[in-house]
Amino acid sequence: MDFRDSPAEAEFRARFRSWIAENNPGLPASSTDDAYWARQAEWHTALYDAGFFGLSWPARFGGHDLPSVFDVILDEELAAASAPPRPSLGYLVQGITTHANEAVQQRFLPGLISGRERWCQGFSEPDAGSDLAALRTTATRDGDDYVIDGHKIWTSYSDVADWCFLLARTDPSVPKHKGLSAFAVPMKQPGIEQFPLRMINGITKEFGQVAFDGARVAAENMIGEPGEGWRIAMTIVSHEREPGEVGYVSRYAKTVKDLEATVRNDPAAFRSDQREAVAWAHVQAEMLRLHVRRRLSERLDGPDHGPGGSIDKLLMTWVEQSVGNAALTVAGSHSVTDEDDVALKIYLYSRAQSVMGGTSQIQKNIIAQRILGLPTS
Amino acid sequence: MDTRETPEQSELRRTARRLTRELGPRTVAALDDSKRRDRLAEAVRDAGWLELRQDDGDGAPLASGIEAAIITDALGEAVADVSFAGPVLAADLARRVGATAVDGAVVGFAPDLFDAAVVSGPTTTTPIHAIDCAAAGPTRAYVLAPEGEGYRLATVESDVDGNGTDLTRTVRTIPVGTTCVPVEDQSRLLSRADLEAWTALGLALTSSDLVGGMRGVLDLAVAYAQERKQYGVAIGTFQAVQHLLAEGHCLMEGAFSAALYPSWAVDNLGSDEACSAGRVAKAYSARAARTVCETAVQVYGGMGNTWECLVHVYLRRALLSSQWFGDDGRQLQQLQRTRMGVLDGLS
Repeated sequence: MDFRDSPAEAEFRARFRSWIAENNPGLPASSTDDAYWARQAEWHTALYDAGFFGLSWPARFGGHDLPSVFDVILDEELAAASAPPRPSLGYLVQGITTHANEAVQQRFLPGLISGRERWCQGFSEPDAGSDLAALRTTATRDGDDYVIDGHKIWTSYSDVADWCFLLARTDPSVPKHKGLSAFAVPMKQPGIEQFPLRMINGITKEFGQVAFDGARVAAENMIGEPGEGWRIAMTIVSHEREPGEVGYVSRYAKTVKDLEATVRNDPAAFRSDQREAVAWAHVQAEMLRLHVRRRLSERLDGPDHGPGGSIDKLLMTWVEQSVGNAALTVAGSHSVTDEDDVALKIYLYSRAQSVMGGTSQIQKNIIAQRILGLPTS
Repeated sequence: MDTRETPEQSELRRTARRLTRELGPRTVAALDDSKRRDRLAEAVRDAGWLELRQDDGDGAPLASGIEAAIITDALGEAVADVSFAGPVLAADLARRVGATAVDGAVVGFAPDLFDAAVVSGPTTTTPIHAIDCAAAGPTRAYVLAPEGEGYRLATVESDVDGNGTDLTRTVRTIPVGTTCVPVEDQSRLLSRADLEAWTALGLALTSSDLVGGMRGVLDLAVAYAQERKQYGVAIGTFQAVQHLLAEGHCLMEGAFSAALYPSWAVDNLGSDEACSAGRVAKAYSARAARTVCETAVQVYGGMGNTWECLVHVYLRRALLSSQWFGDDGRQLQQLQRTRMGVLDGLS
């Protein structure tokens, strides 16, 4: 057990630290300001072009074949520099590398990793949330294509996406988990209509609804085999639930750092309960940083697509909501007198964490039944 | 960076868990089985675990904080009624001043259990709590005597009895007016940095004890939820019960991740960083353990509120491990001081 950087890790940390000192885009947090999204693609490609993105992904697709623990270093240094988190794409990469054939991997991974092609994820539907397998979007074979009809919701960044990692029903005659397939669907085509959603903190660029009405996708763009959609979705969501994969640790650490600086500037201006909320947020964020170090170290034994991601997700949710609570507590009355109060936006956004990527209740079901071995009803 | 255990550390964890499972009390009634208790104490002594933090001849400890934390975790998991962290912390303190560890000594704590007791005069002026001392024989505890920029060690000894709240570890209160005997063979003063590093070890070990306790009590509660039937089915079938246990499991995993770091840091980072890591781990694991033990009481229902149910033995042990070196509230106060410049006494 060694928490120290190896010489190669230390070299990487130093190299990234000096790069970010010169190249910090100074963007506001994605969770609180639409302005982030205008320059998110630029941030992604800047990280990639400098050799700091896709660290643990295959080099032949633009990654660096490094152990996953390098992502911890990146997250720590991003937080230290108050820079935005790395774009959250790892779960899509995991889905494609685990399930797609070589041709699909070669076609799509380089653009996904480099940021030259933007992606969104079309899983949830208005009537298929926690019960994802009940989804009703259909993909019907028509010559060399599939024709897509249906309605997706909570589709983050759909309005800027070139591609959608879409889950659709290809066989309505079999049980619901068995009739699903996954596709890389081009987003810039007739037959796709976008309806942005405004989140409770006012953000409009993150969430969207997408209507597919006769949109087409080439059959060769199927990811995995026909009927493999559910397994692919489970691989993806298991990683979408991992803070080590999505890189949110740096976002929490940055907020805590900002809150600590606010209090340190004039400690007497804050009540003890306000200061304690910040100290507790630090404890939570630090726990998660260390938990990610542990989980990414475990990946040195090989990847794990199992239910452990649900533990990570629940811990991450508690951390984000503790940090959101601390922000709101420190802001005090300012959170209700200024509609643009950033702390209020951080707090409101934190409420989504216990829903996105699978609700906390679903995570608890998975942990109870698949990890603790409690009986299903 | 590789936070996986080495093969040797994994082997130690397996050995410690095997031993504590075999010789620990598996029922409340077994706490009175003195033969079993003696065998457990003998096994811990024979394994050489009590000497882990003694001097290796060059001033360094014989084993790292990680090994000590692994054993503490296993003892907590089995609510093992044997003295371990107390004498190990005493040996670590003695090593830091170049003294030979006094046989059977533990460290005396101030009444709030937050710090090692500091005694300025020839006799004690506050009660001194000797935590995790041997149940039999006189109680011997180190106290700190200020000198210059640091401290010298002295011992206080008493034949008081009493046990404290934890049914598995002994806490004795040495009365006011007890004579302090300077430790003769110390070759240097204990610096503030030494004391801070030693505190980090204490925070790491008490956190690891809480982690082990959470794992042990959750195992009991999960097993009970699988066998206890109501409405014709196991209560573990009900989502309300499943979610309580799932939350407890996550809290335990998070605390485990947090507690590994100070147990490594104590031998590898500066004392201030190690101590901060310890405070984070302790704040998290103290809150988590309280919730997890309360969850187990709840899952056991009426039985969980009876003396015969082992769950309260875990809860009581968690209460002591939480208070020892300061509970979550105390750690958060300290973090406010170090991270936000909040001065002590500021309301």
